[in-house]
Amino acid sequence: MTDHVELRRGVYQDSVTLLRIAQAVSAAPGVTAAQVAMATELNVELTVGLGFSIPDGAGPNDLLVAVRGDDDATIRAGLDALDAAMAAAAAPAQSTGFGGAPAPRSVRAAAQAAPDSAVVVLSVPGSAVIGEAMDAIEAGRHVMIFSDNVPVEHEVALKEAADRAGVIVMGPDCGTAVIGGVGLGFANVLAGSTSGPTVGVIAASGTGAQQLTSLLDEAGVAISQVIGVGGRDLSEPVAARSTLAALRLLEGDPNTDHIVIISKPPHLAVAKKVQDAASTVSTPTMPVLLGKGRPNITEAVEAVLGALEVPVPEWPSWLPESVRGNDSESDVGGALRGLFSGGTLADEAMLVIGDVLQTPIRSNIPLSPELALPAAALGHGVPHLSGLGTVVVDLGDDEFTKGRPHPMIDPSVKLDLLAAQASDPDVRVILLDVVLGYCAEPDPSALLAPVIAAALDTAAAAGRPLDVVVSLCGTAGDPQDRERQAAALVAAGAQVHASNAAAARAAAAIADPSLQTRSIAPLSGKDA
Amino acid sequence: MAHDLLAGPPSVITAGIDLLASALREQAVDVTAVDFRPPVTEPSDDPAATAAALDAVLADPRRAAANAEAAARMLAVRAVLVDVVPAREALGMTAGEFYHAGPPITWDRTSGPLRGALIGAMLFEGLAADAADAEAKLAAGDGVSFSPCHEHHAVGPMAGLVSPSMWMFKLVDAEHPDRVAYCSLNEGLGKVLRYGAYSNEVIERLRWMADILGPALQIAVRSIVASGKEIDVSAIVGQMVQMGDEGHNRNRAGTLMFLREVLPALISSGLPVADVSAVAAFMGGNDHFFLNLVMPCGKLMGDAASGIPGSTVVTAMCRNGTDFGIRVSGTDDEWFTGPANYPEGLFLAGFSAEDANPDIGDSAITETMGIGGMVMATAPAIVRFVGGAVPDALAVTQRMYQITETENPAFPVPILEFRGAPTGVDVTRVLRSGILPQINTGMAGKVAGTGQVGAGLVTPPMDCFTKAIVSLAGKV
Repeated sequence: MTDHVELRRGVYQDSVTLLRIAQAVSAAPGVTAAQVAMATELNVELTVGLGFSIPDGAGPNDLLVAVRGDDDATIRAGLDALDAAMAAAAAPAQSTGFGGAPAPRSVRAAAQAAPDSAVVVLSVPGSAVIGEAMDAIEAGRHVMIFSDNVPVEHEVALKEAADRAGVIVMGPDCGTAVIGGVGLGFANVLAGSTSGPTVGVIAASGTGAQQLTSLLDEAGVAISQVIGVGGRDLSEPVAARSTLAALRLLEGDPNTDHIVIISKPPHLAVAKKVQDAASTVSTPTMPVLLGKGRPNITEAVEAVLGALEVPVPEWPSWLPESVRGNDSESDVGGALRGLFSGGTLADEAMLVIGDVLQTPIRSNIPLSPELALPAAALGHGVPHLSGLGTVVVDLGDDEFTKGRPHPMIDPSVKLDLLAAQASDPDVRVILLDVVLGYCAEPDPSALLAPVIAAALDTAAAAGRPLDVVVSLCGTAGDPQDRERQAAALVAAGAQVHASNAAAARAAAAIADPSLQTRSIAPLSGKDA
Repeated sequence: MAHDLLAGPPSVITAGIDLLASALREQAVDVTAVDFRPPVTEPSDDPAATAAALDAVLADPRRAAANAEAAARMLAVRAVLVDVVPAREALGMTAGEFYHAGPPITWDRTSGPLRGALIGAMLFEGLAADAADAEAKLAAGDGVSFSPCHEHHAVGPMAGLVSPSMWMFKLVDAEHPDRVAYCSLNEGLGKVLRYGAYSNEVIERLRWMADILGPALQIAVRSIVASGKEIDVSAIVGQMVQMGDEGHNRNRAGTLMFLREVLPALISSGLPVADVSAVAAFMGGNDHFFLNLVMPCGKLMGDAASGIPGSTVVTAMCRNGTDFGIRVSGTDDEWFTGPANYPEGLFLAGFSAEDANPDIGDSAITETMGIGGMVMATAPAIVRFVGGAVPDALAVTQRMYQITETENPAFPVPILEFRGAPTGVDVTRVLRSGILPQINTGMAGKVAGTGQVGAGLVTPPMDCFTKAIVSLAGKV
């Protein structure tokens, strides 16, 4: 065992650096003890405590180096390590600058980093919404909550806090909004006109709003804003807090000439509240209530256009040769299967079909409880519909989106279900929606068209008549290129309608051939 | 202030699935994306209940205002040193009574350093003949009792041992002179009682501190106060954090500024020159002397913020060498504890990780008040304790802003463009982000009698926060 002790004069390093250097020396092979420190009284004492003897005259401005090792070679290795560590400590730091601030881990931190952002869009798990949304509200930001599974008591707490802060909560389960021309969530590209009247939309439902605004856009009406309020806003506990806030916002919006509120029939007491508010705002306000015995969205749009004195255009549809020639197997009826991504579109389809078909329509979002799908049909991932007659499924409903993306983003369940219907001998017609716009699949027909073509081939090979009708919700400006999508679907053999109600009627007419002649004719518009 | 929603194309903050952010970027919208992670609900006996508790607290309409109030009260404190007095006199302590750092603990669960400090305090007070005698009496509870400093308006670094004969700094809030906090006098580094050492030199130093240092400081402080001047500890803290001290592991500038405040009064005290010289040398030679003034300043701030219904702001963080404990404003005096972690850092010559005791001391009151590890950016030298670099120090402080309620402009961080210290750790933000408060600390040897073995960085166990949220939810 060898001890080496030296004092280096005029060498100063701060104590933390010296601790690190001492560690480097201790780590050298064969070194059993090491001390590298300024020779303060305490450090000298500590070093003596390790068994080293310290030369006289050591002072706090001297660097004390004490190394113990197996032999001289080890000591030298220790001193080499010391010199290397000292050199490294003296070298100018490899400056990486001050570095950016760490990524914001909450909406509050993001709001501090982005003081001008007026809107926060949340798609975090439902249970985490409350914290992030409260951050937004406390920072004076408006919130769009795309997430579902938010407890209703959280919704109430958030909307009460938002009222106090003077901001609006859009949602929860708000699929779409368009603010200042920017689409939040699922949103269509709205062009509108530059001269005509402008409409601001308050919507409780996502695809309902997309259908309404797409058709208004088709008619050349400019949409100023689309404010989603969430499917529960007009329920008794939530008490229309966001609808009322949206009315106030749109009343003060210089770009909004008319307001349209689209929703299912609200709770009675809440309806009164909304009516009262609507009657006091200076901007003309039109309610569009959906449901049994009420106009469908296409009819509602036509009524709005009437009020705006804007002519109703022919709603686009794209038909394959077989339909245009009207030579399909028109005498054979059968079951209708509706496969939807949009809940409101599915609901509307059932209402339209139910008006014309004398057959019960089963569904996971049934029009009445006795029409609910049997438990055996669900719980497989892809529902089993065989033997259930006419069925409309909303694949965007919670049971199909737990742990997987919405079918407007990932259509795989829908495609599997479509293929399954083709080999079901009961099925005469398949009705499905395709929703375009931001956030939706970038090229839905690329996946869908081959499956449609294969479905039609399967039926043809079995000698069965089968038709596919597509409700194509979107605008001419959508990034997916609506014309190209429609053309691809038509080429695969489907007929395509921009109006969901028209698509549903066309499908119903195929399911019940006796309705066909009066249904198809008025719907043929633009050719593919 | 509410933003104008419809003023024009908005810029947007997003949290959640990336698709929504990319769809906005496609529209040439300026997007700030939150790096969202699901809230932390473990460790917990019942993670689902912890999650539900967090939801309930977040939905509590009192929370925002209560936290703002807690933060405002912390920032409003102006701590001034008004006296130096023996604990017997200041706190009414009687023989056999001891205070210690951290949450409450029983003898059988005490760690080595706390044991060593208790033994040393027994010897110092003349209650035991030797260490074995002291240990036997402590184990039997024979004429001795001990309780947390925090429950007596006091704080103490490391073992935090306070016995009746020790002298204490007495600080008050200048804005509310009835609010008081006490802390013992700092012994220096190496073999010292607070690190669990109890050898003769330790006891002798304590005697000198009680006989010479305490009384000398009392004369000096009283004469300064009598002359109508204030010894504004908060102001010194504000200056030290602009001079490279973070106020926990580095107190060099603060110590020298304090010496500057009291030295004239010491010199004119009429005490023997040798005593004045020894006192000045002791204070000036102990880089941590001012720590024991920073801590009661923090204690005043934490106490000022406590007891506000609905507030989720942490008002105390401390450790007894076995458990880490926190207190939260909305639950007042209740302790939430978890196993104290082992600090990571560098060891003094001759020691290694095996020699270290788990985290100990009330000194995490410095992080509670928004400095210490929270303002690592202002003392980049400290980050090297874990082998980091200057950008790491900056990142730590910037990360801390994500879990604190407010920023303290009185404790500004120059390198961050004088941004105020991140102050008022919020239990809900810790759980939501998973970010724990950063604490700088010394390390005590695990064997009673060892003393200091190193220094480093540590965080509280998440248990403290998961337990706190459940109790907070019970009061919603």
